[in-house]
Amino acid sequence: MSSITINVNGVAETREVEPRVLLVHFLRDVLSLTGTHVGCDTSQCGACTVLLDGAAVKSCSLFAVQVEGRSVTTIEGLASNGKLHPVQQAFWDQHGLQCGFCTPGMILSACELLARNPSPNETQIRAGLEGNLCRCTGYNNIVKAVQQAAKAR
Amino acid sequence: MASEKLFGASIKRREDPRLITGKGTFVDDVRIPGTTFAAFVRSPHAHAKIARIDATAAKKLKGVVAVYTGKDLVDGGVKPIPVGWLIPGIKIPARNPLAVDRARYMGEAVAVVIADSPYTARDAAELVEVDYQPQPVVADAAKAVQPGAPAVHDEAKDNVSFKWQIGDKAATDKAFAGAAKVVKQSFRNHRLIPNAIEPRSALASANPGTGDITLWLTTQNPHVHRLIMSAFVLGLPEHKLRVISPDVGGGFGSKIFVYPEECVVTWASKALSRPVKRTAERRESFLTDAHGRDHYSDAEMALSADGKILGLRVKTIANMGAYLSLFAPCIPTYLYGTLLAGAYTTPAIHCDVTAVFTNTTPVDAYRGAGRPEAVYLLERMVDLAAQELGMDPIALRRKNFIPKEKFPYQTPVALVYDSGNYEGALDKALESFDYRAFRKEQEQARKQGKYLGVGFSTYVEACGLAPSQVAGALGAQAGLYESATVRVHPTGKVTVFTGSHSHGQGHETTFAQVAADELQVPIEDVEIVHGDTGQVPFGMGSYGSRSGPVGTAALYMGAQKIKDKAKKIAAHLLEAADADVVYEGGKFSVKGSPGRSKTWGDVTLMAYLAHNMPKGLEPGLEAISFFDPGNFVFPFGTHVCVVEVARDTGQVKVLRYLAVDDLGRVINPMIVDGMVHGGIAQGLSQALWEHAEYDENGQLITGSFMNYAMPHADDLPNFQVGRTETPSPVNPLGIKGAGETGTIASTAAVANAVMDAIAPFGIRHVDMPLTPDRLWEALRGR
Repeated sequence: MSSITINVNGVAETREVEPRVLLVHFLRDVLSLTGTHVGCDTSQCGACTVLLDGAAVKSCSLFAVQVEGRSVTTIEGLASNGKLHPVQQAFWDQHGLQCGFCTPGMILSACELLARNPSPNETQIRAGLEGNLCRCTGYNNIVKAVQQAAKAR
Repeated sequence: MASEKLFGASIKRREDPRLITGKGTFVDDVRIPGTTFAAFVRSPHAHAKIARIDATAAKKLKGVVAVYTGKDLVDGGVKPIPVGWLIPGIKIPARNPLAVDRARYMGEAVAVVIADSPYTARDAAELVEVDYQPQPVVADAAKAVQPGAPAVHDEAKDNVSFKWQIGDKAATDKAFAGAAKVVKQSFRNHRLIPNAIEPRSALASANPGTGDITLWLTTQNPHVHRLIMSAFVLGLPEHKLRVISPDVGGGFGSKIFVYPEECVVTWASKALSRPVKRTAERRESFLTDAHGRDHYSDAEMALSADGKILGLRVKTIANMGAYLSLFAPCIPTYLYGTLLAGAYTTPAIHCDVTAVFTNTTPVDAYRGAGRPEAVYLLERMVDLAAQELGMDPIALRRKNFIPKEKFPYQTPVALVYDSGNYEGALDKALESFDYRAFRKEQEQARKQGKYLGVGFSTYVEACGLAPSQVAGALGAQAGLYESATVRVHPTGKVTVFTGSHSHGQGHETTFAQVAADELQVPIEDVEIVHGDTGQVPFGMGSYGSRSGPVGTAALYMGAQKIKDKAKKIAAHLLEAADADVVYEGGKFSVKGSPGRSKTWGDVTLMAYLAHNMPKGLEPGLEAISFFDPGNFVFPFGTHVCVVEVARDTGQVKVLRYLAVDDLGRVINPMIVDGMVHGGIAQGLSQALWEHAEYDENGQLITGSFMNYAMPHADDLPNFQVGRTETPSPVNPLGIKGAGETGTIASTAAVANAVMDAIAPFGIRHVDMPLTPDRLWEALRGR
């Protein structure tokens, strides 16, 4: 077991973990932050996407011990003071989700995309989200949501 | 108090705030102290005898609670998983939740390890030694029916589970004998994997004190699961099993069926008196979620010289996989052969289906389920017929459309279409797509070596699965009604318990829109409860686009009962005759004396105070309705796809996609548009990319997202959707069902577009998926 401290959504969390524990399992099973989902085992689906020091990463392909001392933002940490993040608001307004399972990862990927490119065109939005799979929406309204969020910033 | 009319309004979804903030509750999110975790040992072979299973090493691992084999389950009273749709003469080999002596597809579970952590369970599963004796394999349905093919089951040496036919063979033969033109084509409708992004998950918690078991499960139909698992598989009292399906992350059909894993987990929880959980890894989803499609078909269409369709003859081999999944027999039969009339007046149709066992994952309903296969075949045939007759594909369609004044319309393949205006949808599509201009552009582009194509799909589908009596006569071992309980609380707030199930469809919003309208209360005062057998009295769940046409209709009927009783109470309080009381704007008033009125809240409170009730009327204000419609509903429409095919690489680019659907009356246009988008993506993706492929040894070689081509955001175009509205007379709200049309229609539109693009090369047909390598191969040397 290793003792690690990770800043998660602004709170320093210190825990003993097995070295093989994946970051996503650390978040879900140790911290009970179940908003981060697991949709595959080959790092293709992006449901487990979180922000690591602001960069979108797939938390299924990192060990918890690898992010010792760093800052992780999960979907639970995105809204502040009860106010939805503009990307969350846009997904709601534009019907950018149906079953909602891919949504946390999709929203966090969109956040990173907009941080890199504040006014992306449709092609850039689609390219920026190619690491996240959604089976419900056909991506139409996800693209619209990102466009709305870009305007809101 | 009166709410504005909400039916038809694109109000934002009420379920979204929890889902966009990470506060949803999916099955894998449910946590119970003391939970153990199951990991399955799966056959790496497509067909093997299981000579011996040695779990000694696995059991020694610290943290392992138990290891069970198929034999342990049989000894423990676990029965095979039954089949819920029977066809005369059908062979149903036993499907044990854990294989007993033979594994018949790659990934079939042969043992289960239960441990105190998921990591330990997986470690221990690796330590279970299974002595497999590989047997001859047949994975392909066309090969499975050849003489001498390996038999998947001893009780079906020819690998045939059943044969089925529909239509008048003699009339069809006669139509062909008199035809000026006969068009023939063979089609492969390849296998797909549903891939809901949430993997299947089950958490069973037995309470040794009461004997109750609660099962949190990723299911589209919790009551169906409860009934089959309790009465058929596990021998539990139905009322002692509670199935809860909280937030479910997509289904597309794959979460209808009873699977081995939830049976094993539930049984083990009872055996161990501990909670047992299992969540699939994606590789397990690929191997064990019921697959879709997988047909070989030979089609022939008879036509007059001027393009009137006279007859259609279809022979299909349907791959059922290694066992019959729960509703598998109805997919290539009643949801396929009956759809072959499409939008056309074809007077004679005959369809012959052979359902075949192979050493592959069982096949069952996947979004559209039989109907996409029928529409693809028919719409491709219509295009081929137009090509061979030198007619325009639109002109040929118009010539054969069932006219709008002919409804209800009896087809030669059993169905009676409820209502339709097929030309209307086509005309509307052509308002947004200038067909003549496109043909000119296409001609110009070809001269410059650019190959554009347009494809149409003027589809009809049957959904809103019901009525029970008909389904029963055709072999269903279940009713196909839906229930809704409307509970009005003393303060006038409303809880609706629906047997429909939402796994992305937005029932908490759309059902509340209907309830708020009917009861004339603010939508904020309405709560929709679904997905819990402990709360919802009964329900058949959601599949076959039935929540709208059947589920909300049940709710509508329940609301009428509530209003009838409330009016009686109001009439009594107002000292008026029942017939003189009207309920408008959230107020009960007396006709002709608008000053005399009682509010909704006055009446709901009195229903529970019961201090002053009409004589003989029971207190309380609650109603249950079971709605069993008299027919399916029949959505239709026109989908148009424009593509460019790269001559040198075979790469297809979708330039435009336009859909005009007629779904009857629409509760929430925003939600319906979203469902259509997603449906189109799935159908388009079948046409171009997705393909579940087995090799000759029955190894699934597309077993992960790395090699199964799921559509990504940058693969797809923006979809343009529109509607016409022809109400269905089948249900009181005029709804036709919207969940599957996109998938049913789009595959044919895309394939027709690609074939149109490469028509100048004299290529008549290429089987899907229309990947660059297939098209490059077809174009090579031409």
